[in-house]
Amino acid sequence: MPVKTFIEAIRDTLAAEMRRDASVIVLGEDVGLKGGVFLATDGLFAEFGPERVIDTPLTESMIVGASIGAAVNGLRPVPEIQFADFILPAFNQIVSEAAKMRYRSNGTFGCPITIRAPYGGGVHGALYHSQSVEAYFTHVPGLKVVIPSTPHDAAGLLRSAIRDPDPVLFFEHKKMYRSVRGEVPDGDYTVPLGTAQVTRSGTQITVVAYGLMAHYALEAAEQVAAEGISVEVIDVRTLRPLDLDTLLSSVRRTGKCVVVYEDNKFGGYGAEIAATLAEQAFDFLDGPILRVAGPDVPAVPYAHALEDWFMVNPDKIAAGIRRLAAY
Amino acid sequence: MAEAPIRTSELAAEYGLRDDDLLRMYRLVALARAIDERMWVLNRSGKAAFVISGQGHEGAQVGIVASLRPGFDWLVPYYRSIAAVLTFGMTPRDILLAQFARAPDPSSGGRQMPGHYGSAAHNILTTSSPVATQLLHAVGIALAAKIRRTGQVALTELGDGSSNQGDFHEGLNFAGIHRLPVVFVVENNGYAISVPMSLQVAIPNIADRAAAYGFPGVVVDGGDVLACYRAGREAIDRARRGEGPTLIEAKVTRLTPHSSDDQQTKYRPPEELEAERRRDALPRFRQQLRDAGVLDEAREAAIAAEVKATVDDATDWAERQPEPDPATALRHVYAAPEAE
Repeated sequence: MPVKTFIEAIRDTLAAEMRRDASVIVLGEDVGLKGGVFLATDGLFAEFGPERVIDTPLTESMIVGASIGAAVNGLRPVPEIQFADFILPAFNQIVSEAAKMRYRSNGTFGCPITIRAPYGGGVHGALYHSQSVEAYFTHVPGLKVVIPSTPHDAAGLLRSAIRDPDPVLFFEHKKMYRSVRGEVPDGDYTVPLGTAQVTRSGTQITVVAYGLMAHYALEAAEQVAAEGISVEVIDVRTLRPLDLDTLLSSVRRTGKCVVVYEDNKFGGYGAEIAATLAEQAFDFLDGPILRVAGPDVPAVPYAHALEDWFMVNPDKIAAGIRRLAAY
Repeated sequence: MAEAPIRTSELAAEYGLRDDDLLRMYRLVALARAIDERMWVLNRSGKAAFVISGQGHEGAQVGIVASLRPGFDWLVPYYRSIAAVLTFGMTPRDILLAQFARAPDPSSGGRQMPGHYGSAAHNILTTSSPVATQLLHAVGIALAAKIRRTGQVALTELGDGSSNQGDFHEGLNFAGIHRLPVVFVVENNGYAISVPMSLQVAIPNIADRAAAYGFPGVVVDGGDVLACYRAGREAIDRARRGEGPTLIEAKVTRLTPHSSDDQQTKYRPPEELEAERRRDALPRFRQQLRDAGVLDEAREAAIAAEVKATVDDATDWAERQPEPDPATALRHVYAAPEAE
């Protein structure tokens, strides 16, 4: 089976979907000849031409708004927002328009678009090239939110997202683009939206994470295994719709749960997981549901020492696990 | 009317039309007005919580939209587009269903405020309340039409207030770059709710902004239905020929408050409101057709009677339709079958 980097899996899948379906187009800033600032769309312009790989002006609201219109008139747009930090000018189009189009038309209009955006810190991107923005969007019914952590899942979930009849936000952790490698089958496989995956089996504590944190959670689990703590790790993969069954069946067995997310803690996506588990698994819990998350500052600071201070890492997760294990 | 022989007056010939085309347009302007007035009656009598009105805009909408191909082209309306959606194929019953928020309402099944029209069956895109967002959807529809080589034209309507939003400028810019088959229609009634033009823009004509995006901007008297027809036809033809967008600014008047929750006498002097009445397209078009010999007393009376009967029927019928069932309110969040 071929081994690919995370970004190769995304690039190859975009190309394959564009070959399979002539209605798939890519649009965004620098996605054409340059192939994107991270090269996620490298080669698409040469293969599919300027009509299907469109370099746009610096207009995020237009990138999403025109994608919505194009979707209504028969295309499957895959707009790229260059950094998740810059998605906010498009917030109105995503939340007021894409998310509500089906509901407000009583099911007569849909909005099949997949908005890709690199997110996350740990790459010296500072305040405006490091943010995690998933919580802004997971709050909104009508949107689907996907954050893959492996090349295999990136390919399978991106296929599902592009083929999905509803708007999907597809966030890619930029630190993983070239640092994460993995096997990617050649075939036309999909990973269904709304399915979490148990990536490590354990008996004493469930750790729930996604994106880069799904990798750090596995490292932390390995650390504490040496101390005799058995950790089960779940990679959420699709934040909305959430695969609650997989989470519940794990937590009902282990009785303890740590939720990990890179975003700042207050009101973050992990809070929803914690609240839902508290409601639905209370009788099985053997300790508080802990969150290991970013500190509550507005964004990730730049200086090396400050960024290290901000970022959740395997040591911080392991510390959380030990704290919960002591209950 | 149907029984009359089809003839072509001098006036009709001047616009490449026949008299029955003129009468059809006149009927649409009169029908839109009559429906609109009925909506206010329903609001004031407690049967409809909200009205947003198109009174004063009807002539421009009917004239400009007349050259689109219904069911093939796309109309991306806004909340004053009653006459436009009627011209493009929605029915008076459809409008009244929205006004009563009844279950069969094709715009939203009673989910949206009245005035938020849309119909998948007619290629009329569903409407929201944030302003100017829809302009980008028209741009995207036109982009898809160009890529798919369908020959379709997208036409979107918005108000003068909306022309200050970022989406307006982002959309015009992109449409200009790619010469997309889209027509932007700003219906300038002089007010963004209460804020007058003088506090909205520093130039006399919003149409002038088109120059910055590399395509024509046209100012047209929105009270002159046939001038609007000509401007619309030229812009639509131009778009269909692949020559790119046009920005039409129709100078219209707002005969009603912004909505049923507004009191415009607080910010508009009585003399202005009185003067604005003279800019209304409906009496002007009626007089124009009388002068041209297209409309005589008998025909005028017949149209008025038919319009009244149509509006009465739509009102009575729509009011009898069932309200939406709360048990259906979870549906259509996503395409997948929903749990009830």
